[in-house]
Amino acid sequence: MSILVTPDTKVLIQGITGSFGARHAKLSLDYGTKVVAGVTPGKGGQMFESQVPIFDTVDQAVRETGATVSAVFVPPPFAADAILEGVEAGLDLVVCITEGIPVIDMMKVKHAMKGSKTRLIGPNCPGLVTPGTGENSHGGCRIGIAPGYIHRKGNVGVVSRSGTLTYEAVWQLTTRGYGQSTCVGIGGDPINGTSHLDVLKMFNEDPGTEAIIMIGEIGGTAEEEAAAWAAQHCKKPIAGFIAGATAPEGRRMGHAGAIVSGGQGTAESKIAAFRAAGIEVAETPSDMADALIRRMKRA
Amino acid sequence: MNIHEFQARELFAEFGVSTQPGKVANTPAEAESVASGLAGGKLVVKAQIHAGGRGKGTFKNGFKGGVHLCDSPAEAKDLAEKMIGQVLVTHQTGPEGKEVGKVFVGEAVDIARELYFAILIDRATSAPVVIASTEGGVDIETVAEKTPDKILRLPVNPFLGIMPYQTRLIAASLGLTGPLMNQASKLFTNLYNLFVARDCSMVEVNPLVVTQDGRLMALDAKFNFDDNALYRQPSIVAMRDVTEEDPREVEASKHSLNYIGLDGNIACLVNGAGLAMATMDIIQHAGGSPANFLDVGGGATKEQVAAAFRIILADPLVKGILVNIFGGIMDCDVIAHGIVEAAKETGLSIPLVVRLEGNNVDAGKKTLASSGLKLESGEHILDAAQKIVAAVKAAA
Repeated sequence: MSILVTPDTKVLIQGITGSFGARHAKLSLDYGTKVVAGVTPGKGGQMFESQVPIFDTVDQAVRETGATVSAVFVPPPFAADAILEGVEAGLDLVVCITEGIPVIDMMKVKHAMKGSKTRLIGPNCPGLVTPGTGENSHGGCRIGIAPGYIHRKGNVGVVSRSGTLTYEAVWQLTTRGYGQSTCVGIGGDPINGTSHLDVLKMFNEDPGTEAIIMIGEIGGTAEEEAAAWAAQHCKKPIAGFIAGATAPEGRRMGHAGAIVSGGQGTAESKIAAFRAAGIEVAETPSDMADALIRRMKRA
Repeated sequence: MNIHEFQARELFAEFGVSTQPGKVANTPAEAESVASGLAGGKLVVKAQIHAGGRGKGTFKNGFKGGVHLCDSPAEAKDLAEKMIGQVLVTHQTGPEGKEVGKVFVGEAVDIARELYFAILIDRATSAPVVIASTEGGVDIETVAEKTPDKILRLPVNPFLGIMPYQTRLIAASLGLTGPLMNQASKLFTNLYNLFVARDCSMVEVNPLVVTQDGRLMALDAKFNFDDNALYRQPSIVAMRDVTEEDPREVEASKHSLNYIGLDGNIACLVNGAGLAMATMDIIQHAGGSPANFLDVGGGATKEQVAAAFRIILADPLVKGILVNIFGGIMDCDVIAHGIVEAAKETGLSIPLVVRLEGNNVDAGKKTLASSGLKLESGEHILDAAQKIVAAVKAAA
């Protein structure tokens, strides 16, 4: 089992004809993901890679192909509009890869989505992967920009704000023989659709997930909230890592949301919250999979 | 992005947020003419640099204080002469200080009360939040810690904007009654409009003052702008003063590299912001000190890697380099060629440790090994960090 998406999930890609979207649409197809539609306004009727029909609107794409999930690759000025188009079309899940969306736009998107059935992941995220059973996890559902081949089908759930740290964790797990149920990158922006806590709750309920790696970084208090919940409710062993202990206060460390301000959002506070919740803390990014293995042996 | 005080006042004027009358001056003569155009009475002359602590700073020419009161346009000219072109050192500039190019000349105000008012983006509620306090002119974090009941937090619906009743509520909580309530309502509304129209991530007015003659005005302000929104804010971009920024960061931004200078001696070059932060942390964990944050991004080119090396090596503090790449989609061999080229081009003479992992990693490692460069390979991140720390210590 998995969370959010399965190998059978039908995926559409908004911005499939842009260079970034096209490249990753192709990689998802190569991975065996069911990419059933693309959307680029004005290019409806064309085909992508001679196999994926392109539509002018998300609404048409959903009606014609039955897609339930969208990956958004459109540039920042148009991304808020693209997300809400997916919400309006009744998608279950919209995954926004786009980096650099103004925070005021995201504020409006979040408020406009209240009461809708759609879940948003991202923006500024690597997306998510539910590995398949084929060679190098082929046949899985890859939405976004993660390298598919590093995965392996299994029972560890991974949730992270950072792309490359997710890949590190996944690769460490895979090379140690531990596969993954689903790996979710929730993104590095201050306002995002899905939090660590949201994903943790899903992993907790998922019979296919037996252990969890949660990766956070400085800024905000989402990791603390997830840890506090986990201490009370999570039935599964968790290992965690927090990046940014050496980051100076008041500076944005690459991700728009990675900033310590007014003494809030420090790595110390997050690590302390993890420890208090019984989460095994990886001392370094080399130690993430080993930390989980230590925690599982303790359980 | 940050702006100068005089630019903040220009924004206030544009959006009808009342502030003390005054203008910026580029020369002592201009300072005199600005002063002559004001109402008379006491004047204030303020050095324009981004760093805080100006009042308590000292110029390298020995002149004390970047903020002065005076009584006449001639005195304002005299003060401007002592500031413009001189280097001001404050607790925020570091010992090298900042050269003052401009001064603000304004009417000094007789303050009756000092208040605090800010608008920022609240991550938890995904909405703007107003923060107001009767304790102005001091550090708000201290107020929040010692007397949290003296701080009002009021969320704003991003679709409705700040409502008139909310502005009255804030005014009442600040003890602004009678004619001051109307002034406050107008000031808060206009400031909120400015916040949204110019894509701010924070506006902090500290202090917001009530003058002896019953006027409410924003006396000093700090703005932060959302970097993601600068593409649609040309008037804000025009306010950027690159002389106020770290030249290494300015150079890096020209190459679309995400670089932040620190004061350690081990530079790092990494793909991905999270991994870049974690690499800084692991350098410290291994007993070293990181010289920078540097994220070359997911699709770094050879040219970008070369530019990153030049920026890193321009820092005289740097005694070693750690390259940490997880090439998920990126071909490790392409990156290895970029590193070799950059190292040769820059005549690299300090220790270099490279940790490559991911797509086509074996070819990448071979390229590095056969390059003739003096470099070490790290098996994993911790191994690489320990190797660079040891190499830098051995070379010292």
